[in-house]
Amino acid sequence: MKKKILSLMFLVVFAVSFVSIQSGFAKDKEPIKVGILHSLSGTMSISEVSVKDGELLAIEEINANGGVLGRKIVPVIEDGASDWPTFAEKAKKLILKDKVDVVFGCWTSASRKAVLPVFEKYDHLLFYPVQYEGLEASKNIIYTGATANQQIMPGVEWLLKNGYKKMYLLGSDYVFPRTANLIVKAQLKAEGGILVGEEYTPLGHTEYSTIINKIKAAKPDVVFSSLNGDSNVAFFKQLRAAGITAEQIPTMSVSIAEDEIRGIGAENLIGHFAVWNYFMSMDTPNNKPFVKRYKKRFGQDRVTDDPIEANYFGVYLWAKAVEQAGTTELDAVRESLKGLTFDAPEGLVMIDPTNNHTWKVVQVGKVNAEGQFDILYTSDKWVKPDPYPPLVSNKVVIEPGKVVEIKK
Amino acid sequence: MSPEIFISQIFNGLSLSSILLLVGLGLSITFGIMGVINFAHGEFLMIGAYSAFITQSFFIKYLSADLLGFYFFVALPVSFIIAAFIGFILEKFLIRFLYGRTYETILATWGVSLILQQLARNIFGANNVDVSSPTWLRGGITISEGLQLPYNRLFILAISTICIIGMYCFFYRTAKGRVIRAVMQNRTMSACLGVPTSKVDAFTFALGSGLAGIAGCVVSLLGSIGPSTGQNYIIDAFMVVVLGGVGKIVGTIAGALAIGISSSLFEFITTSSMGKVIVFSLIIVFLQWKPQGMFTLKTRKLD
Repeated sequence: MKKKILSLMFLVVFAVSFVSIQSGFAKDKEPIKVGILHSLSGTMSISEVSVKDGELLAIEEINANGGVLGRKIVPVIEDGASDWPTFAEKAKKLILKDKVDVVFGCWTSASRKAVLPVFEKYDHLLFYPVQYEGLEASKNIIYTGATANQQIMPGVEWLLKNGYKKMYLLGSDYVFPRTANLIVKAQLKAEGGILVGEEYTPLGHTEYSTIINKIKAAKPDVVFSSLNGDSNVAFFKQLRAAGITAEQIPTMSVSIAEDEIRGIGAENLIGHFAVWNYFMSMDTPNNKPFVKRYKKRFGQDRVTDDPIEANYFGVYLWAKAVEQAGTTELDAVRESLKGLTFDAPEGLVMIDPTNNHTWKVVQVGKVNAEGQFDILYTSDKWVKPDPYPPLVSNKVVIEPGKVVEIKK
Repeated sequence: MSPEIFISQIFNGLSLSSILLLVGLGLSITFGIMGVINFAHGEFLMIGAYSAFITQSFFIKYLSADLLGFYFFVALPVSFIIAAFIGFILEKFLIRFLYGRTYETILATWGVSLILQQLARNIFGANNVDVSSPTWLRGGITISEGLQLPYNRLFILAISTICIIGMYCFFYRTAKGRVIRAVMQNRTMSACLGVPTSKVDAFTFALGSGLAGIAGCVVSLLGSIGPSTGQNYIIDAFMVVVLGGVGKIVGTIAGALAIGISSSLFEFITTSSMGKVIVFSLIIVFLQWKPQGMFTLKTRKLD
């Protein structure tokens, strides 16, 4: 009897210790969960699906090289459905239910503004990959796309330097184009440009003949366009039908990248300009293999563009930060992200330690017949991000999440 | 405003009018004959536009490249037939139960509109698709420097002129048209005289839907096509019908011209949103003065 109890106790102890060893072992090798939150349906899916693919490619590559801290990365993919409240809801689900360590996602400023309170409330981290209007610097967001002084402002500067002085501003009617044009107007005033017209149309607007006539009458040197989405198709088709070529009046777009050119049709866009930080046609040591891997993974007809690349290196930056911190714990990751550099397809990039935006090069391209950009200008060196340009704002960022007003 | 700009604005107005006319015509006759306020009418435009897209895809896939230029001539009747057929089905299974209940038709057809939009989203995806204009419709006639009339807009004008003439001949020169007009003027009396009114209703509804289908086919030349394409035109089309007067072809023409040309002129002088505000305000003022619209149908019905 005594023997029996003893052996039973032994068995129990053995079992318990086995389980605890097992679980300790599992904790080491337990995969790291990351959230991916983009519109996979609805009007924005045209752009966001490709960004999701870029993020997945980075995750797969990291996993193939042994993962992070010896653990595999497992993506949890959610669909924001081009609907801003859904974005907020899904962000909450990723943080609270799936308990992911970081989220990569969003495209429109509207969706970012919708999830921002969620990330601040639960003190979590989002990597946001798209150029935007600036005037934000949350400690819960890493901005891997350009802010105003890395896209809009150098774009205008380049135009003015190249003799395009008279500008016509055309944009979709929501927060990004209106803020962008506010900056452009201040810049025209300060740098000697002339504003000859300004026009906003609702998202999804399709009748551009009158606006094209206005452009004709105003005789601008260039149209600065922040039109978004499908309106671009109607605008460029009708511009061409009205007999206006890019030689006569070119446009400078801030929302048309390689992926959008496919939708609008390269023949409608030949000779028009765009300003970005990354072009698929860039001749850097890292870009060619990146484009090749992306095409191999998702199809030969696919293209890479600026926002795709931005969160591709966003994933790598995060992985590097985790590796350096030795943990996925948020504060430590945030600390090691400060000033962290990565050799991205566009060249060396760095997370700014005070405002969480990314140091990156600025380039101007011209659309060619293949739907690619011929690069006309590059800043060569990376440009320091300034989400609160002094031209339109009297605020400065002193540390992530802390913005103060300064007296002029 | 220089003369060239003025002329080309008038031309743009005419072009917009011609599209509104095609959409409004169908609305006007369905409302005139059946008292149905069809909120799903814009979706027939959308169906027409997708039909053009399907036709184009078919040409690209199965026929040689030389024939691609002609796909649009096939797309026009295809759009008409598909939209008319779906209109016919809708009338048979829903609208005919709602005759004489104008307010219910608003709700019911609005529901149909949502269903059709979602259906398009499920079939074709949420992303807009694009029909590329045939090469012979690219470019335009240069009248003078700074004044070019695009071929595609001229083509749209021509199509809608043909449709109007066709409709006019049909309504005023054929026996079937006479029957439709009879039902429009006095349904009960026509029924007493042996006119199969339910058949006339179904036919007229299909005809109106088919015209919207043609409108959809031609707007695919101007921009991209999406599930909500019809929504861009439906409000303006209603305005055309209300302003022109219900049930009269000449009223719809006048309404379309008035709204199309004034929209483009006011949009030019002010901005695109402000132009719309001015046009709509003018319509409201006009309707205060003439609540029946520009042209009214003379009936012996006591309202």
